[in-house]
Amino acid sequence: MQIHKYDTVIVGAGGAGMRAAIESTQRSRTAVLTKLYPTRSHTGAAQGGMCAALANVEEDNWEWHTFDTVKGGDYLVDQDAAEIMCKEAIDAVLDLEKMGLPFSRTEAGRIDQRRFGGHTRNHGEAAVRRSCYAADRTGHMILQTLFQNCVKHGVEFFNEFYVLDLLINDGKTAGVVAYELATGEIHVFQAKSVVFASGGTGKFFKVTSNAHTLTGDGQALVYRRGLPLEDMEFFQFHPTGIWRMGILLTEGARGEGGILRNKDGERFMERYAPVMKDLASRDVCSRAIYTEIREGRGCGPDGDHVYLDLTHLPPEQLDAKLPDITEFARTYLGIEPYTDPIPIQPTAHYAMGGIPTNVEGEVLRNNTDVVPGLYAAGEVACVSVHGANRLGTNSLLDINVFGKRAGIAAAEYSSTVDFTPLPENPAEKVQAMVDGLRDSTGTESVAQIRKELQETMDTNAMVYRTGATLKQAVSDIAALRERYKNVAIMDKGFRYNTDLLEAVELGNLLDLAEVLAVSGLAREESRGGHFREDFPTRDDVKFMQHTMAYQEVAADGTTSIRLDYKPVVTTRYQPMERKY
Amino acid sequence: MSAPTIDAPHSAALDAAESGGVQLITFTLRIRRFNPEEHPEPVWVDYQLTMDPKERVLDALNKVKWEQDGTLTYRRSCAHGICGSDAMRINGRNRLACKTLLKDVNPEKPITIEAIKGLAVLKDLVVDMDPFFQAYKDVMPFLVTKGNEPTRERLQSAEDRERFDDTTKCILCAACTSSCPVFWNDGQYFGPAAIVNAHRFIFDSRDEGAEQRLEILNDREGVWRCRTTFNCSEACPRGIEVTKAIQEVKRALVTRRF
Repeated sequence: MQIHKYDTVIVGAGGAGMRAAIESTQRSRTAVLTKLYPTRSHTGAAQGGMCAALANVEEDNWEWHTFDTVKGGDYLVDQDAAEIMCKEAIDAVLDLEKMGLPFSRTEAGRIDQRRFGGHTRNHGEAAVRRSCYAADRTGHMILQTLFQNCVKHGVEFFNEFYVLDLLINDGKTAGVVAYELATGEIHVFQAKSVVFASGGTGKFFKVTSNAHTLTGDGQALVYRRGLPLEDMEFFQFHPTGIWRMGILLTEGARGEGGILRNKDGERFMERYAPVMKDLASRDVCSRAIYTEIREGRGCGPDGDHVYLDLTHLPPEQLDAKLPDITEFARTYLGIEPYTDPIPIQPTAHYAMGGIPTNVEGEVLRNNTDVVPGLYAAGEVACVSVHGANRLGTNSLLDINVFGKRAGIAAAEYSSTVDFTPLPENPAEKVQAMVDGLRDSTGTESVAQIRKELQETMDTNAMVYRTGATLKQAVSDIAALRERYKNVAIMDKGFRYNTDLLEAVELGNLLDLAEVLAVSGLAREESRGGHFREDFPTRDDVKFMQHTMAYQEVAADGTTSIRLDYKPVVTTRYQPMERKY
Repeated sequence: MSAPTIDAPHSAALDAAESGGVQLITFTLRIRRFNPEEHPEPVWVDYQLTMDPKERVLDALNKVKWEQDGTLTYRRSCAHGICGSDAMRINGRNRLACKTLLKDVNPEKPITIEAIKGLAVLKDLVVDMDPFFQAYKDVMPFLVTKGNEPTRERLQSAEDRERFDDTTKCILCAACTSSCPVFWNDGQYFGPAAIVNAHRFIFDSRDEGAEQRLEILNDREGVWRCRTTFNCSEACPRGIEVTKAIQEVKRALVTRRF
């Protein structure tokens, strides 16, 4: 076992982690630990853009953006946080441009902007051009630009170091424990502050836009240390994933004029969202698609998908504005989007919930108090700026605004305090887990349990949910968690043991899926991404509050989930009926 | 906006894409395995699989790992050609496993899979990426500007933005560099990917570091080692015209115009 000492440790090297690292490295001795290489993160898969009220192409202001974000989140958004995000969005975009990001440009040479779902002029009047973009590669450009600037600032990376535990001593952050993939060695990183920026958890669904590596690692290990997870029942299903594969096709396609159609060729969104039509928010579009499918208007031999139609757009426009997604259609479906509509279905995309933080990125240990020295930013966190449904482009905004804030706050905290002493045997728990998996003589397979987990989640906890389906998910997950105790891996080695890594990741997914299902079962209302057919309306009296889920461990080691609730911060917008 | 209706009949391609009935095929994946913990030399191992030919080579590797041999080791993440983790030699040619469909690599014969060349193999398909990233870092891959920062964005015409568009697409997968015969024989050569990323800044109208970068690439191990074999352009999964970019950097070195 090796012990390292850094002022600030950042876990994860995607958008939020690298944005934090750029700030933190200039203020404190910082290490970035990542289970991948920095540019492999799923930030790179984001396509359509990053909204900010630059008003480069038409009138706009950050207050309208704030309103759209609050409404988009079905009023579960903490409005003080949304206001900060939308106000700081403008500088966040300009920061990236100054770092070198190659945005698409207007005729006048300014950053170009385009329409995106749920983003409107003057509180819902009409769609507004707010999304700053670089073709359909905005996430890729953000990730590359941030990595380039990490190189410029000499950020110290520990690549392929998988963080498996958080160390807290006497209520204060003491560091993390990581597993070095290349050697199998355990490393303890003592740190004054730790920033979790480890991304999402979409791999508990089968049809998902998420990478294989998005397994909720940060959320799970914080949760197992007794800290709460907020609003985990709110998961976003992006309307346009490639049918059966789930690969994301940007909402920017509809921003450029793309249309959703059923088997009759009908532009069905006109019936569901008369003003915004295909640019209604994602939860609204995904439900509409499934309603079309359920009512027999789906496409294909099994009627199980609809079309994203781009055929009326000029090929030059597709080549210039949507080059990657049109290539995905060619590569993976063998069709030509110039002339054929693209078969799509909703795909599990984004966790609105996560580790609760305040607007400085400090992690909450209950409704009001923070864990000194512990921070989180990006998809792993819940500020909450996305509430019950995130607006398109606001995730790239979130990682930049709150990644920067968390990086500054963590480094400043590091410069004011001494190291918290490491607990005794800091790596004991991780060593036992790793040895347990490597030496297991069990009979269960990681892949089989994961497959069954994904199947029950897709069947029971997707776009449409009921009490009965969520109960089924809870019981299926409980059975899978039992079987997981008997899981075995084939690779017993120390060198690049990705078999072991996948087993650990599955353990994380199982814990988080249970939190999602239990939180969702208790929320007897429909709001944003959480739609209960048995409670189809929003209930502001009982449920305009955030879920806070805690793991309780009994004396015999068995675990259960305790749910609590936290009030929503409301500043200027009172809840209204949500129409697009 | 008017809402045109679909009146054109389905193309054969769309019908094929939507067809429910899947014709599975049985094929062999022939993988060059290497684990120095167990055996000092690499060995070729065959795996029989039955799958939909429209699935990816990465899906086939996953099927082997998840159902037959959990010790098989490779890097992967996004699974759709964006993250750059899974460059490997498939039937002797560098490709991303997640962007290559089985039907496109002749599954009638064994499909061979091996690690990319020129970087030390650590285990199975996992290579040491450090020399690759070091070359990248050496070309100053970030915007260099002088003077005061503007309050708003720096202006750039759409035409100037287009000038370096091709090289912004790079995902640092190393498919180009590890397909380059010069790089195989001389690990000191910067390699195509580093030059592509230098190009991305040299031809960016906002950048003022081109002279420095060109001096770096004027080195003995710089652009002049390129023998214009076009392997890199052929290997690039993002369709970047890598050889052309290298030629443009060479020309800029001669003319000092960029």
